Amino acid sequence: MAIKVNKFKCGYCGACVGVCPPGALELVETWIEADEECTSCGICAKICPVGAIEVSR
Amino acid sequence: MKDQYDVIVVGAGPAGSIAAKTAAMKGLNVLMIEKRQEIGDPVRCAEGVSKVWLRKHIEPDHRWICADVKGSRIFSPDGTMIEMAEEIAGGEVGYVLERKTFDRALAYESAKAGAEVMVKTRATGLIIENGFVRGVRLMHLGEEKDVRSKLVIGADGVESKVGRWAGIDTSLKPADLETCAQFLMGGTGIDQNYCYFFLGNEIAPGGYIWVFPKGKDLANVGIGILGSKSGKKHAIDYLKEFVEQKFPSAKILEIDVGGVPVSGSIERTIANGLMLVGDAARQSDPITGGGIITAMEAGKIAGEVAYEAVSRNDVSVSMLEMYEKRWRQTIGLEIDNSLIVKDLFVSFTDGEINSLAHSLEGVNFSSMSLIDLLYALFKANKKLLWDLRVLFKNVVKHELDFER
Repeated sequence: MAIKVNKFKCGYCGACVGVCPPGALELVETWIEADEECTSCGICAKICPVGAIEVSR
Repeated sequence: MKDQYDVIVVGAGPAGSIAAKTAAMKGLNVLMIEKRQEIGDPVRCAEGVSKVWLRKHIEPDHRWICADVKGSRIFSPDGTMIEMAEEIAGGEVGYVLERKTFDRALAYESAKAGAEVMVKTRATGLIIENGFVRGVRLMHLGEEKDVRSKLVIGADGVESKVGRWAGIDTSLKPADLETCAQFLMGGTGIDQNYCYFFLGNEIAPGGYIWVFPKGKDLANVGIGILGSKSGKKHAIDYLKEFVEQKFPSAKILEIDVGGVPVSGSIERTIANGLMLVGDAARQSDPITGGGIITAMEAGKIAGEVAYEAVSRNDVSVSMLEMYEKRWRQTIGLEIDNSLIVKDLFVSFTDGEINSLAHSLEGVNFSSMSLIDLLYALFKANKKLLWDLRVLFKNVVKHELDFER
């Protein structure tokens, strides 16, 4: 798993959480956390409204 | 906070607050939790809402109404303008709200009805026993606690986890989500009586740009693009381009971002001891992206069904089917019809949108009903009639009210 959320860009809207296929992401108040279920599929990075997420395989 | 309630509502947006209020007014013991420290903030919404439908749930109050809108101006990619009067412009025109104040007012309504409201309190899991949801594991100020309930209502928005924890797959594909960004701007110079919509695959692929008046010289300038068309450029990049070109001297006072479900109805919104409402149930309108009214409608139904279920001491799926049926027969039908229109809309080229707009040029909509408008559209665009045949079948079958 290699997901990086740029907290300075993130608007904590939760869109990434809604599209995450395994449900690995969580919007905790004002920040995004990822757990070990993350498969690095990259969907979150694709749909982020502000481009705050980077995923590397 | 107690250890046991009749109903726990997760999320204090419009869906959650109306559900909590409805259940509390019926005499149920209700806890509503909200993970944010400020209900309604940050905003994730263009804030437009239909007057008629809003009034069904709350008396309009000047404290959270920013603008009273008379109509819509829709611009095709080549700049052709279609103007629609309020009566036929569809459900998203009416008031432009201040969601920060509106959401708090709704939450306060539920509190006055007797619900206990707790902010900065997040659901971290469900208590599930013998295949029934029996409460919520929650975290408040860093401390975890199990709180039991007969029913849980998941109103936890686009990022909903409540459904997933109960085995309902609510994950959205990129094509089922509009990824959105918005600036609150001063000095755009727009006419405050109108909502503006700008269409085109160059400026907003699979979505549109909106400019909604917010009173004085303020406006919400926002964009939604289809998730499947996002990637190289993100919603915010398209929005910046539009604003630089259209409103170069306007000032940005706020940035809002969000994801709007446009999947249409999902397969299931209930489990034993659980109902999902609002964006958590993907009940937003796939063509407009509007979700406030559908969320409140669903919240009301869920609150009523919660009362029935708790009174009869039966929170099984077969009992909660009452919720599922009622929302599908009302807002669900409109959501499904909007999905048909959305699927067609996202397939249009800019040339096709332009030719549709040209066919309506010079038509006076203020004196027409929606049926007249559709007739004018279809007369000029025979193929559209064929593409939307399923929609008409539905309308005839259910005698749908197009004017919502």
